[in-house]
Amino acid sequence: MTIAELAKQGKFVITAEVGPPKGVDITEMLENAELMRGKVDAINITDQQSSVMRLGSLPVCRLLIERDLEPVFQMTCRDRNRIALQSDLLGAYTLGVKNVLCLTGDFIALGDHPQAKAVFDLDSVSLLRAAKELEQGKDLAGNELAGTPNFCLGAVVTPGADPLEPQLIKLEKKVKAGAQFIQTQAVYEPEKFETFMKAVAHLNVPILAGIIPLRSAGMARFMNANVAGVHVPDNLVEEMEKAEKRMQKGVEIAARLIKDMKSMCQGVHIMAIGMEKRVPQVIEAAGL
Amino acid sequence: MIISESKPFPEILKSLEGDQRIFIVGCKGCAEACQTGGEAQVLEMVKQLQQEGKIVVGHSVLDFLCDKALVKFKLKPHEDAIVSADSLLIMTCGIGVQATAAVVDKVTHPGCNVVNVGGSRGEWRGDERCLECGDCLLDYTGGICPMTACTKSLINGPCGGTKDGKCEFEPETRDCGWHLIYERLKKLGNLDRMKVTLDPKDYSKMRPPENLRSTIMWALERKEKEASAK
Ligand code: SF4
Ligand code: SF4
Repeated sequence: MTIAELAKQGKFVITAEVGPPKGVDITEMLENAELMRGKVDAINITDQQSSVMRLGSLPVCRLLIERDLEPVFQMTCRDRNRIALQSDLLGAYTLGVKNVLCLTGDFIALGDHPQAKAVFDLDSVSLLRAAKELEQGKDLAGNELAGTPNFCLGAVVTPGADPLEPQLIKLEKKVKAGAQFIQTQAVYEPEKFETFMKAVAHLNVPILAGIIPLRSAGMARFMNANVAGVHVPDNLVEEMEKAEKRMQKGVEIAARLIKDMKSMCQGVHIMAIGMEKRVPQVIEAAGL
Repeated sequence: MIISESKPFPEILKSLEGDQRIFIVGCKGCAEACQTGGEAQVLEMVKQLQQEGKIVVGHSVLDFLCDKALVKFKLKPHEDAIVSADSLLIMTCGIGVQATAAVVDKVTHPGCNVVNVGGSRGEWRGDERCLECGDCLLDYTGGICPMTACTKSLINGPCGGTKDGKCEFEPETRDCGWHLIYERLKKLGNLDRMKVTLDPKDYSKMRPPENLRSTIMWALERKEKEASAK
C-alpha cells in the first residue's frame, strides 16, 4: 500500500532509508533492506545522495518490489532535465513503483564529481507538478500520453529551518502542486516540532517526522555546524557524551523522540545513514 | 565586455607543438582591458616564443577582433607573413579566435580562456545580476534575480540547504539567494509574491530571439551565402 493510503487508514506510517552502493555489489544493501521487512511500511531509496555517483534509485526500487518490499523512489532535479525526469516517472510506474519523493537535490560541488554539469531544469515544486500532469494523461509540454500513470507523491521540509517562513511558503506550494505526504529533515526538539506542526495543520497532509539516530556527541556537533536546519540541543549532546554505550544511547534517544512526537504527526521516517541495523532496534524501543 | 584570462604558457606552447612559424594577433578591446591580448602582452608573447625557438613571422593588435569584416581588412597588409606562418596565435576571447578563423585559412590557436561571469553586466560591479533568461521574474522576487542569486537557479523558493542565510555551496562567501529574496519581500510587505507558484522556466527563451539571431555572424554568413547562390 502507498504511504498516502496507509495514512488515510489512520496507520502511523513508518519509513526508513536505504542507500544504493557505489558499484554493483548489492548484497549488503539488500541485507539492509531485509532488516526492515515487516517493521516498516516503505523504504526510501536515495538518489545519488550528497551528489555522490552510485547505483540509481529506480533499479533498486524495482529490486525491492521483486522482494515484496514497498519502495519510495527518491528523485532529485540535479542530474536530469525535464525530459529525463518525466521519462523516469513513466519508467517508475511501469516497474510498479508508486511512492515518489520529489526533491531539489544537493548542489553538485558537494559530491564526488564536482566537475559535473548541474541541471536543475525543474525544481521540486515543478517536478511534483510534472508528475501530476502525467497522472492527468499529459506531459509538461501538454502532449497526450498513451495510458496514464498513478503515483503517491511526496516532498520534504525542514521543520528546524530558521527562518521557518520561507520553508513553509515552499511547502505550501509543494502541497498545492500535488504532494500527498511529507517526510521531514531530522528533528531533535519535540517542542519546536509541535510549533511547526501547528503551522502546517491547515495543509492537511500526512507528515512523517525525520529521525536520525545519533552515533556520538561528535556527530551531533557536526550536524549542528554543517547540516541545514538540524539542531541537536545541548542536553542530548551531553547525554551522548556521558553515555557508556553510545550506540545504545543513540537508539534510546531516537525512540524517546518518536514517543514524544507520535501524537503530533502521522508517522516517522528513520534515516540511519549507514547504520541500518539500528532501525529495527529504534522501532522496537519506541514500541511501534 | 568579455572577460578573458591568459592560458598558462605551457598550455599555449603545447598547442603550438609542431608549428615553427607563428603569427600573433591581439586586440585593443576587451583583451587589452583584461591585459590578456593588448600590445604589451603580445610583445611579451613574441619574446617568450622566440626564447622557445619559435619564429614569430609577425604580429598585429587590431581594434576589435570581434568585427569580422574589420579583421579581414586589417589583416590584409600582413597577408604575406600570415601565408608564410604555420599557424596563428590569437590572444583574445573566443569570438576573436572564431572571427580570425572565419577569414584566414590557417589554424588559429586560442591564447586565452573566456571566463564565465554568469551574468555580470553593466557598470554595477561585484556580483552577477542577470542571466538573460528571456522571461524576467524580478517582479516575483523583490528585484533580486533568482537565476543568478540562487546557486541552483531555483524559482519557487529555497532548497533545504540554506543555513544562517548562506548557501549550501560556498557558505563562507555565498549568500542564499532565496534568503535575500525572502528578507527583501518581507521588508516590502510583499511576501505574497513568493507564494505564487511559477511555471517551469522556458529555457528556449534563453536562445537569442530570431531577429537578433539574424545579426549574429553565423546568420549573416548564411545570408551572404544564400544571396550569392541566387
Ligand atoms: S529573472 Fe531572468 S531576465 Fe530577470 S534578471 Fe534574472 S536572469 Fe535576468
Ligand atoms: S541554499 Fe539558497 S542559494 Fe543555495 S541553492 Fe539553496 S536556495 Fe539556492
